[in-house]
Amino acid sequence: MEDESNPTDLHAIGEKHIRAAEEAEILVIGAGEAGIAAALTAARAGAKVTLVDENPVGAGLIGMDVPLLYGNRWTAAVQNQGRMLEQVLAASPGLEEAFELGVDVRLGTYAWGAFVAGPNLRSLPEPVVGLADETRSWLMGFRRLIIAAGARDLVLSFKGFEIPGVVGALGMASLIRTYAAFNGTNIVILGSGDLAVATATMALDAGLSVAAMVEVRDAPQADVSALVARGVALITGHTILEAAGTAEGVSAALLAPIGGGAPQRIACDTICLAIGAVPVIDLADVAGAKMTRENGAFVPAKLPAGVFLAGDCAGLGQDAALSGRVAAASALASLGYTAETPPERETSTPLAEDTDAYRMDWMRALMATGGADVMACSCEEVSRRDLLEVQPPRYLQAPTEKHNSLASLETDGPVNQDQIKRLTRACMGPCQARRCREQVAMIMAIGTDRPLAAIALAGYRAPVRPLPLGVLAAAEECQEMVEGWNVWFGIRTQWIPYDDIGTEREIERAGRMAHF
Amino acid sequence: MSEIKKSAAVIIVGGGVTGLSAAWWLARDGVDVLVIDKGIVGWEASGRNGGGCTHYQSPLFHEEQRLWPQMDELLGYPTEYRRERVIMALTEAQLSQYKDHGDICAGMGYHYEVLDQKQTRELVPLAGDNVVGAVHYHFGGQANPQRTVQAYAWALQDLGGRILQHTAVSSLILEGDKIRGVETSLGRFDCDHLVLAAGPQSGALLAGIGITLPVAPARAEMIVTEPLPLMKIGGVDGNGLYGRQTLRGNLAYGGGPHEWLADTPAAGGPISRPATQLLQNLSKRLVELFPKAAHVRVIRSWAGIIENTPDGRPVIDRLSDPGNLTVCTMSSVGFGLSPATGHAIRDLVVDGTCSFAEIGKLGLGRFANLPRDWRVRQGWVPPAIPDYESAKA
Repeated sequence: MEDESNPTDLHAIGEKHIRAAEEAEILVIGAGEAGIAAALTAARAGAKVTLVDENPVGAGLIGMDVPLLYGNRWTAAVQNQGRMLEQVLAASPGLEEAFELGVDVRLGTYAWGAFVAGPNLRSLPEPVVGLADETRSWLMGFRRLIIAAGARDLVLSFKGFEIPGVVGALGMASLIRTYAAFNGTNIVILGSGDLAVATATMALDAGLSVAAMVEVRDAPQADVSALVARGVALITGHTILEAAGTAEGVSAALLAPIGGGAPQRIACDTICLAIGAVPVIDLADVAGAKMTRENGAFVPAKLPAGVFLAGDCAGLGQDAALSGRVAAASALASLGYTAETPPERETSTPLAEDTDAYRMDWMRALMATGGADVMACSCEEVSRRDLLEVQPPRYLQAPTEKHNSLASLETDGPVNQDQIKRLTRACMGPCQARRCREQVAMIMAIGTDRPLAAIALAGYRAPVRPLPLGVLAAAEECQEMVEGWNVWFGIRTQWIPYDDIGTEREIERAGRMAHF
Repeated sequence: MSEIKKSAAVIIVGGGVTGLSAAWWLARDGVDVLVIDKGIVGWEASGRNGGGCTHYQSPLFHEEQRLWPQMDELLGYPTEYRRERVIMALTEAQLSQYKDHGDICAGMGYHYEVLDQKQTRELVPLAGDNVVGAVHYHFGGQANPQRTVQAYAWALQDLGGRILQHTAVSSLILEGDKIRGVETSLGRFDCDHLVLAAGPQSGALLAGIGITLPVAPARAEMIVTEPLPLMKIGGVDGNGLYGRQTLRGNLAYGGGPHEWLADTPAAGGPISRPATQLLQNLSKRLVELFPKAAHVRVIRSWAGIIENTPDGRPVIDRLSDPGNLTVCTMSSVGFGLSPATGHAIRDLVVDGTCSFAEIGKLGLGRFANLPRDWRVRQGWVPPAIPDYESAKA
């Protein structure tokens, strides 16, 4: 291999990367409304389509609130994979049509990474998505990738947040509609905008009770008249002070009036956060997309070649089916297929322009009533105070009295969320910050007196689902990887003891340093 | 914005561990020092490495070993330093090699022992029946890079040293036979002495004044798992991996192939792209190393960009011309040695010579006759830009 005219670094990546085990012409990630519309459009045009969806999500991840805030409000049925699979098929009628059109549908399959060559990353021999099920991982190559990863719950914590029964609107909808495995009966909904109204309506339609709808502002943020007519109590000018209950579950929501005064107690077994949702941009970020902030969320602004977005992950409030068709049409056209031209997007309903302000109203109210000792990051036990004071993590037991405020850190330059992660460990836990990412940014905005939009996005990292080492471990490697693996760069002269440099022992040692 | 003082006795370009440690050592001597960084302190490789503090190959080894146990106290902030290391072998060939390194250290007066399988499994609860044995260093250790970088920065500020972040240095100002300062995105800054510790960017900055510092940047990757109960010794690696169990309990490990990158421009710096499917190869080796951790979830991966010199050894050199310029690259092995490196740089800047070790073989002069195309000759070149479309068509 190694000759003087064409030297090779045997320890560099070269052609050692694991190759795709299979190949899709158009790969669609996410079988929600947008992903199904994209897959059907592409299949009808004659493309070879693979549609991947993580549902039914394994019980282990559901227990970690990945990808949604399920809040320990599921029945044991989530542990029966066969039943869960039937439920998913029953809940998504479009999947049947996809099967009929010859779409290769993969359910219960996680997409944990998307890898495309770009600046300072040329070694990837082909664009791939990392996939996994409960037992193994593999790579799927693609010519075009349509990410339709949807949205996840916007999570704001409060006292008692960790008690079973504090759920997100999307997590609860998944348990009720997709899995038929929700074990709550009586719900308090936080928020009164479109998401909250849709969530309350769904719960009532499913035969559940909605004890109250709580709004931090003085007036509801959407039309709640139909809900009020069905007996839902609307409580404005309040925030949640505490989820009361035991380790068994929530028994009541304690609501605090914004202007001060005695809290009121509403009996319930579920408290549902329906203040907002967050586009799932993790895969796009890992693939190298450039992000921008619009309408209260980070969304991809520029995607790597061959990658397209559909549905909520491109920005909330879109007509999901339409955006799926648009994405598929773009992907098809780039492959030379003749595709139907979807109508202009006129049915999308973008979020209110004051989305950031609205969410910050909630955050400020939660902090004003609940105080600074509430956990902001439950995985790493980082409180709101720890964030405001940039305190070292608790396991160090070394609270600092110097350099102890976000405001003072800000004097060294704009405070960055990735830096706060390093210093406090907030967002560094096993839930991969799904329960705290947005909330930490909000507290940073409050602590530095800057607009929320000024807090830069903290980077996402593969694997974008927390998967076991044994699952992610490569099944096989090429011989070049096995033989070329080195703990570091494999530069023989690098590890020669200093005193031996320039002596005869240097040459003798260099021969033995081949595979440190 | 308040008025920034645009001069210092010593300006240090680069707020990584090397630059920050040097600045801290200088500030301890009362020197008026300013660190300028294009971004946030420790943002690049300094904050993204394995945290190892055991570098027998360096002339700074003894000082590294002397200083680490004192660093929390000296800096006033926790570095998460933990002592000792265990290197586990899964093959006899690995064990033979690890013993070889242990013998080098023993020859310098450090104590290590060889463990058999039973002893290894007693000491490392995550080890499996595939382990052949291990070497146990009763010296060395590991620290938390992110916390250490910030500890240097805060300790420096506590001594009156200054750090200017988000300010890119675009060129060095050479007038006659002296460096006068640097041009930055905030204008000119003047100094009496300049320390260049800008990682991959150092090469291009020096090229601007006609000096060649041969460095090649590359990216390397690591993975991190969810936390586990703490093992007695955190610094357990081997099987072709470097890394540690963090004090929080996470397993953080790297190793394997690197990707050579194009030369880094002076300003702007490297664009760091996170990991690739190499995380599958890393996971494979980590689960081989710790079979009892197969169920543990990987929650992150990351990549860092580091530079190497042609022989992989550092350059720590106060140049003769210009005489007020000190250059340092640690050639991809900088974090653990940083307490000692800062001390050496302090000595070079203040006294002109390193007081505690002979470091003459780390001079820039050794590359004087290096051919211009040395990267090509060593095979240290970036892969070709892939063309997916024509490959698939």
